[in-house]
Amino acid sequence: MVVLGYRVPMLASLLVWAALWEVLGQLQVSFLLPPLSSVLVAMVQIAPTPIFLSALWVTAYAFVIGNVISIAIGVPLGILMGRSMIADRIFLPWVNLFLSAPLTALVPVIMVLFGLGQTTIILTVVLFAMWIIVLDTRAGVRGIAPSLVEMAESFGASRWQAFRRIYFWAALPEILAGVRLGVIRSVKGVIIGQLLVTIVGFGALFQAYGSRFEMDDFWAALVILFAFAFLLAEGLAWLERRVDYYAASRA
Amino acid sequence: MASLQRDTETGSGAAGLGLSRFVPFGAPAPRTALLDRQPGALATFFSHPLTLRVLSVAAFCLLWEAVARIPISFAFPTFGETMVALWAMITDFSLFHAFGITLQPLVIGLLISALLGVALGVAMGLVGWVQWLATPVFIVAQAAPLAALIPLIIFAYGIGLTAKTLVVCIMAMPVIVLNSYVAVGHAPVSLVEMGRSFLGSRRQVITRIILPAASPVIFAGLRLGSAAAFVGAILAELLITPVGIGDLITYSRSVADYPSMYAAILSIIVVSVLFIEFLELIEVTVFRPEKRARR
Amino acid sequence: MTIHANPPAAPATATDAVVEVRNVSKVYAGGIQALDSVSIDFPRGQLTSLLGPSGCGKTTLLKIIAGLLPATSGAVLVNGTPVSGPGPGRAFVFQDFALMPWATVIGNVAFGLELRGVGRAERENTARHYIAEVGLSGFEKKYPHELSGGMRQRVGLARALAVKADVLLMDEPFSAVDEQTRRKFQEDLLKLREVENKTFVFVTHSIEEAVYVSDRIVLLSAGPGRVSQVIVPDIPRGDDVDAIRRHPVYLDTVDTIWRGLKRYLD
Repeated sequence: MVVLGYRVPMLASLLVWAALWEVLGQLQVSFLLPPLSSVLVAMVQIAPTPIFLSALWVTAYAFVIGNVISIAIGVPLGILMGRSMIADRIFLPWVNLFLSAPLTALVPVIMVLFGLGQTTIILTVVLFAMWIIVLDTRAGVRGIAPSLVEMAESFGASRWQAFRRIYFWAALPEILAGVRLGVIRSVKGVIIGQLLVTIVGFGALFQAYGSRFEMDDFWAALVILFAFAFLLAEGLAWLERRVDYYAASRA
Repeated sequence: MASLQRDTETGSGAAGLGLSRFVPFGAPAPRTALLDRQPGALATFFSHPLTLRVLSVAAFCLLWEAVARIPISFAFPTFGETMVALWAMITDFSLFHAFGITLQPLVIGLLISALLGVALGVAMGLVGWVQWLATPVFIVAQAAPLAALIPLIIFAYGIGLTAKTLVVCIMAMPVIVLNSYVAVGHAPVSLVEMGRSFLGSRRQVITRIILPAASPVIFAGLRLGSAAAFVGAILAELLITPVGIGDLITYSRSVADYPSMYAAILSIIVVSVLFIEFLELIEVTVFRPEKRARR
Repeated sequence: MTIHANPPAAPATATDAVVEVRNVSKVYAGGIQALDSVSIDFPRGQLTSLLGPSGCGKTTLLKIIAGLLPATSGAVLVNGTPVSGPGPGRAFVFQDFALMPWATVIGNVAFGLELRGVGRAERENTARHYIAEVGLSGFEKKYPHELSGGMRQRVGLARALAVKADVLLMDEPFSAVDEQTRRKFQEDLLKLREVENKTFVFVTHSIEEAVYVSDRIVLLSAGPGRVSQVIVPDIPRGDDVDAIRRHPVYLDTVDTIWRGLKRYLD
């Protein structure tokens, strides 16, 4: 935005919202909204507490394992679908379906089958994250320019060489994009899983703080969570930009 | 912020596929047309060779049936049992009654989200200060697990229709706003110049060129928003008070009537997919007829 | 052919110039200078080409004339009035066709008229007339994606003709189609000029094309764009359009221009 000829940076907008939060909090518009300053103080206070750290650990554990599984299954499946018409025809409709269907509805099923522990949450993460990874990997593989394939063949590259030196890199931007989206979705997945199961991780935290109406701590945990999700997304976007330089000029 | 530009979910294929499938937050492949789309999931399903499709569904049902007969868990009913339970719920109208309750916050929330969201997104795309003000909010909102706000909403608004509608709104709005914003920003420069060269006023250029050009991505956003709204509605019911479908699910589980539980879950998934496909149908018939011809 | 090397800034011609470009410079944000003090006259009823290598600012100049871009300094006068934006006397034909994919051919052709508030029956009639003139009768209800590249550009041309502007500004209109279609277009353009008595400003990077269709060729040099020569090929354009490409004057002109341009391409 340009005011009086000067570009106002986006950061200033963030500061405006922060100021608004502080003001509304100080005015005690609602007991649910503490001022930003007390939330920031609470953030520093709860971060080292055992209850918070164990919640963080539990959440991170399910998150990381879930993502590893999603990538370990999703990328190969995407590659398979990208290369094989038959696999594509069989799986694609289902992948599309799972992508948009409210898989949250399946969480009760998972709870029933696998109990109320980490396994359920890990599976929820996988449910949320995997499909977009599959889809974007598939897109990346399908988008490999035929001329690159022909080039590899004409220079006598073996299948493994071709994959390692050419195809992987050609598809990488899309794969990274898919992983980034998958990771973002998995953050939502892990939280939704925990909210429904409620006795672990951040789900438990929110319930604990909430039931005691410790709004400062509640918001502090919320802000930490949101900040983490945001930083993760931006970090992956940065990584994606690192390979972006060649993405536009492939083929 | 570059990431915001790339982070647009464009849903197609039953919400979730965008511009050439799923541009959500990012990369289309190829990285060209933000406006390319693939047909919806069901459409793809039914445009493929019939045999493979029927085989696929049949295989799924048989697989379900077979796996369920292996006694790994008593909580895993067979496909047949689930269908029987489903039929029972349809015939005694409990299913329709449940949907009647569940769909209320969903439809209301979605309507509000769609109207406000598209308006806000378009405003963000066209008006400088709106973009400046709203962008940080939505950058955070797109990556954040908004479901975490649900306990807060319960504290603030109790457990009634208001709370549930609000849950649906916060789940659906970010993606709708972002899609609309990016859609408007990506209107082809050449077309806008053409409009200006033929003496179109700003208003004419917006209504006759930018909005129609943006409509596929906006609709994709609406489909994605619908998917998110369904998630919101289900979460609201499972977390707030179980009524409607949520009630069917939790009640069936509590009395260990697993076929009914699975049937209820299946029904909501089917309804959500059908709803999203329906949105796509509306888009193609009402707004962009040439896409129908393209199929 | 007559060549004016480094033509004087003030026009010395006696013909009536419908578009006058006076010392126009254009500097983009970031300091890139696209045009440096360009002055050209476009005589009424003639087809003037702007020819030059990439980066010589010919499209920029065309858009400034069209009123789509503001000049950093200098002025453009159309019929004596300074240009401050797009106007009814000028119509633009785009390189990438700029057709609205959601509208039919007739919808696209009538668009300019629609924006001016012309009633539906009248504008559809006008549109039909020009659709026929560009040779697309029968395709009124088709959508752009059902047409070939050449047909789409004809729609763009019909749209520009339909608003009956005095000046037609064409931005490399034939560069996005294949060679055969392009040649056909060039021939059709000559025939069109017999029917439509307008002033054409034609941007191209093809020497042959410029010499084939133009009454006047303005050569622009790159980095930043300046007028280097004005060439008036005196090729008799009789009934046989094919004969033009074998005419000695045509061949000489192409040759001269090429030698001149080669210097700028290191």
